[in-house]
Amino acid sequence: MRGRSRAAVWAGLAVLVAVAVPQTAWWDLNHTVFAQAVVSGLLIGGVYSLVAMGLSLVFGVLDIINFAHGALMTITIYVSYLLFQNYGVDPYVSLVITIPLMFVVGVGIQRFAINPVMDAPVHNQLLLTLGIAIIIENLALVLFTGTPRSIELAYARNEFDLGVVNLDFPLRVFGAVVSLPKLIAFLVALLLAGVLYLLMQRTQLGTAIRASAQEPEGAELVGIDVRRIYTITFGIGAACVGAAGSLVLPFLFVSPTAGSTFTIIAFVVVVLGGMGSIQGALIGGLVIGLTQELTQLFVPGSSKFLGVFIVFLAVLLFRPEGILGKARR
Amino acid sequence: MIRLRQIAAASSRDLLILLGVVAVLALMPLGVSSFTLSVATAALIFALAGIGWNVLSGFAGQFSFGHAAYFGLGAYTVAVTFTKYSISPWLGLLLGGLVAAIFGLLTGWISFRFGLKGAYFALATFALAELLRLTFNNFDYVGSGVGIAIPLAGGDSWGTLQFENTPAIRYFVALGLVALGTLAVIVIKRSRAGSRMLAVREDEDAAASLGINPLRAKLGAIAISGFITAVAGGYYVMFLMFIDPDLAFGPFISVVILLRPIVGGVGTIWGPIVGAAVLSILGEVTRSLVRDPPSFLQVIEGVNGLDQVMFGLILVLVIIRAPDGVIGLFRRFRKRSSQ
Repeated sequence: MRGRSRAAVWAGLAVLVAVAVPQTAWWDLNHTVFAQAVVSGLLIGGVYSLVAMGLSLVFGVLDIINFAHGALMTITIYVSYLLFQNYGVDPYVSLVITIPLMFVVGVGIQRFAINPVMDAPVHNQLLLTLGIAIIIENLALVLFTGTPRSIELAYARNEFDLGVVNLDFPLRVFGAVVSLPKLIAFLVALLLAGVLYLLMQRTQLGTAIRASAQEPEGAELVGIDVRRIYTITFGIGAACVGAAGSLVLPFLFVSPTAGSTFTIIAFVVVVLGGMGSIQGALIGGLVIGLTQELTQLFVPGSSKFLGVFIVFLAVLLFRPEGILGKARR
Repeated sequence: MIRLRQIAAASSRDLLILLGVVAVLALMPLGVSSFTLSVATAALIFALAGIGWNVLSGFAGQFSFGHAAYFGLGAYTVAVTFTKYSISPWLGLLLGGLVAAIFGLLTGWISFRFGLKGAYFALATFALAELLRLTFNNFDYVGSGVGIAIPLAGGDSWGTLQFENTPAIRYFVALGLVALGTLAVIVIKRSRAGSRMLAVREDEDAAASLGINPLRAKLGAIAISGFITAVAGGYYVMFLMFIDPDLAFGPFISVVILLRPIVGGVGTIWGPIVGAAVLSILGEVTRSLVRDPPSFLQVIEGVNGLDQVMFGLILVLVIIRAPDGVIGLFRRFRKRSSQ
């Protein structure tokens, strides 16, 4: 009950702010900018969620700080890019290739590189994944040089006004522009989150993964091959970030470090949402997306990551188990 | 005094090794080009930063992934006090160390009080370094994103710590700082404070039950660690004659700092120095291989990024095959041959 009443207080505060803010002069001047910041924040937040989901699984189940996560994304970004440039394969169609491909890559990395260091201290695991990231990034540099590239989808030009669609909406998000690729990325991220959630909660595999995360020895005792579960989990994590790579291609500059910029954000989201929690990663991604856009709005000239890192530190200190994680202390 | 004499007696072997290492390294300027000498100087500076990292992460067991924070604070303290207040860089090195130590005490107190450990502590240190980088990027007093260039004071001088035309002296100063840092670590490791750090690393609860205050042991480690790494950062500015937020606080710097002690051997006195030697040689070999490959590998000539690929491969192999670093590998080998 305490949790519920606290939630009611927060909801009440949110409603109060939502009602009061539109009355102010500041709102009259800035509501379009504000609406744009919120919409952009939610959209990029969806991508963050997707990237973070895979990381959350790996972090939550294997307890590995995987610094190669973003570099894995770089692989699919290039695969989708090459498929589009050479064979005209739509990035969204290339998902059927990149998702299984990255599952295999993830399984390979886990089996040959990470399994041997599963019992090693944190710093060794971190350095190992960092080494993998260095290899992937610089292989991309060797193969494709550092020149930034981008693709243009023929149908991505029709941008539409959210204001036209939601004309009677009380929040009046007039003028906030949504580009089609970002909206698609957002929606697919939601869809994949749902699929992943069902996989984790409703299937035998998901149960085995959760058991291995909570109590590896107990899982072993009831006949679960924990090493194998670890390998599959890393594969699923890589598949998630693989999907993210294909989805961001239409609105991102392709470069060897394109994916790595997401690594840190993904860690922030994972800690915020709670290790191993799919819903947590979803909510955390949206919160961080909003935080970064609103930071830029309210603290002009600052880096958008300033607010993100402040939120990150606050969460680490005051609620290290994350919004939806189970208390560890 | 008695205590110090006891420590000296207990670590006479390490002190002898230190003397030998310094003597050998001091001969280096005789036989190499000035380019190699500046590579070696940079290697020594990062070895010193690694020595600092090793105190917190190796001895006290609190893995830091954001030591760029201390490195950068030391660097900026020297740059700001020298360019704005004409304070001697020697004093700047000390001030930078103090600033970093205080920063470490404050942030460490908060982090440890809230029970951060393991991966969470590592991520918090990373976030702190990033916050400093982003703040300095927008901080006009320290030149924002442009950074600070150290003006040439004219002539080589011990007073201004500038040795533009005498790279050998620049190298000797770095060597001297590394020797001092190593000496400090030898003393710390054999001192009571050091024993407390090791006890906390091995088992915090058991240490607490023996009457050790884990918070104080960890705070001591973070202050000393920050101080040493900041001195390295301060001298790095006088070596580079320039600093900006990315060079001072960038994530890459944190990685560079922790790489040497880990490759050499975490929590060992000689790890950072051995790691620095191994990595410098490897780095130069891969770089020259790409620059000027043997005839059967002609295709790789001048390919951008290839040396980094090799570097990453070696890193992965070292972690898998030699998880205790080069020193651990050496010890295992010796144990096996003595059996």
